[in-house]
Amino acid sequence: MSNEKVLEVRNLSKVYGKGCAKCFESTGPEHNTNICPHCGSIVAAHDISFDLYKGEILGIMGESGSGKSTSVKNLFFDEIPTSGQATFFDDGKQYDLFSLNAQQKRHLRNHRFGMVYQNPVLGLNFNVSAGGNIAERLLMSNLTNYSEIRERAIELLRRTEVLTERMDEMPKNFSGGMQQRVQIAKALATNPPLLFLDEVTTGLDLSVQAAILDLIMEIQRESQTAMIVVTHDLGVIRLLAGRTIVMKYGRIIETGLTDQILEDPQDAYTQRLVASAL
Amino acid sequence: MPNQANTSDIQFRQASVEYNFGFLDEYAKKEVRRSVLKAIAIPGYQVPYSSREMPMGRGFGTGGLQLTLSLIGKQDTLKVIDQGSDDSVNAVNLRSFIEMTCPGIDTTTKVSEANLIQSRHRIPEQALREDQVLVLQVPYPDALVVVEPSEDKRKIMHGEADYSRLLVKLYEDIVKFDEITISHRYPTRINRHYVIDSSPIPRWDVPKMNDSRALILLGAGREKKIYAVPPYTLAEPLEFDDVPFRVESFDDETDKRRTCHRCGCDHSFLDEFVDAISGEKLYQCSDSDYCDEQLKARSVKQGLEG
Repeated sequence: MSNEKVLEVRNLSKVYGKGCAKCFESTGPEHNTNICPHCGSIVAAHDISFDLYKGEILGIMGESGSGKSTSVKNLFFDEIPTSGQATFFDDGKQYDLFSLNAQQKRHLRNHRFGMVYQNPVLGLNFNVSAGGNIAERLLMSNLTNYSEIRERAIELLRRTEVLTERMDEMPKNFSGGMQQRVQIAKALATNPPLLFLDEVTTGLDLSVQAAILDLIMEIQRESQTAMIVVTHDLGVIRLLAGRTIVMKYGRIIETGLTDQILEDPQDAYTQRLVASAL
Repeated sequence: MPNQANTSDIQFRQASVEYNFGFLDEYAKKEVRRSVLKAIAIPGYQVPYSSREMPMGRGFGTGGLQLTLSLIGKQDTLKVIDQGSDDSVNAVNLRSFIEMTCPGIDTTTKVSEANLIQSRHRIPEQALREDQVLVLQVPYPDALVVVEPSEDKRKIMHGEADYSRLLVKLYEDIVKFDEITISHRYPTRINRHYVIDSSPIPRWDVPKMNDSRALILLGAGREKKIYAVPPYTLAEPLEFDDVPFRVESFDDETDKRRTCHRCGCDHSFLDEFVDAISGEKLYQCSDSDYCDEQLKARSVKQGLEG
């Protein structure tokens, strides 16, 4: 791990609904809700701040609806945040993520970020073959040589342990684990320095989970890719993440080294979470 | 002008009295002309317009017809082509409709004599000139419709010149069939930005749009869009660096170029016929005017030799 900062997020907030002045003060863990009692808006995430360094895996943990995925979706431009700032550092350049125009956003999404969703339907185009899915991402980054695209797709699928003989098959013919591998291969196609993983192992059986987690660790080791791993699975956090953020009702309630959080949780909620899993 | 002779003078006089010149009212023509100007200013961009009801079904060339009717004046000479021919049903009907509603114009079947050419399926084999305008009838104006059903999203994709999913389609074609299988409506990039659907012209005609001397206007009546390939503008078919675009091959089994059985031409787009009596396959120029010209040139040459 280096001291090279990849991503800096400050005070990110996302409110669904019209919002009011009292939204933030009347929601959160201390109120046991993320629905504003005054206007009914949902405060999905509020005041999220963290840094991410090169080669680091940051875990975001929390129960369903705690705002983990929302935070990541905002950073990947799937959604537009209500307020906050995020800076992406790349090749000596800085990008203020939320003030970019549509084309700049698309450029970062296609070239510099990778996203793996829990549901392969979101990340893959099911109307084209596995190879075509990877080709799509390569074509987006302006590679226009057919045999080069083909070679690169084979290389990526081999790396994610998808049988390359099956690369021209439709993703619907693949098992869930295979689809997830294709999705990871697609996300890695442009060698992005930043990868978002949203519940990538949820719903897969244990042996497949282990293999996918191995793959993610291998990628981190080889490419020094910075990753944000969103999960509610403590096992995944323990295995992958160096540092962890615990979220509840849209707020960060605890943050620190993963070992520290799992061995010596400070917040009552985290204590309960860790205790229940062990 | 054989068609003019077929239609009675009375009908002609009636039509010209009852309708405005060019059938459309002047406001409708003005709107189409303004859309044309915008289309020329932004090459390849699909300009929406309020396609009027025409006395024929949408999908029978109403887009091209409205362009022609808005542009034509009494001094103009018109040629109408359908499937390369001046004599097929669609061409004959459109031509006589325009003759009926635009009294005073001339019509012709010769490319060289026309200054306004409305066509479906083909761009004439003979190279067009700067003083000519080619109007193409378009059924589906948006090349992205095959990969994205939502028009909203397509507009964003066009704006950002995001055509990677079209290229994925070409990729999949090469994977499955070892070549690009699009036979007509080949996606073509205009002036390095917008990709257009090149109307139902065959691949053979796509290179003719590049750096064309004549203005090419494309009109879709049902989809209510007008777009243009202005003269001397880049028109590049989508392709891969190592799998270049290629036109149809007319080589036979022995790799010999087939020729037109009528005029002997060996460099035109050919149609395949089956002789009703002998059952034999015949090939003939798709562009009937070009075929006639070649035939004439050949007989003159033979006459000189003989």
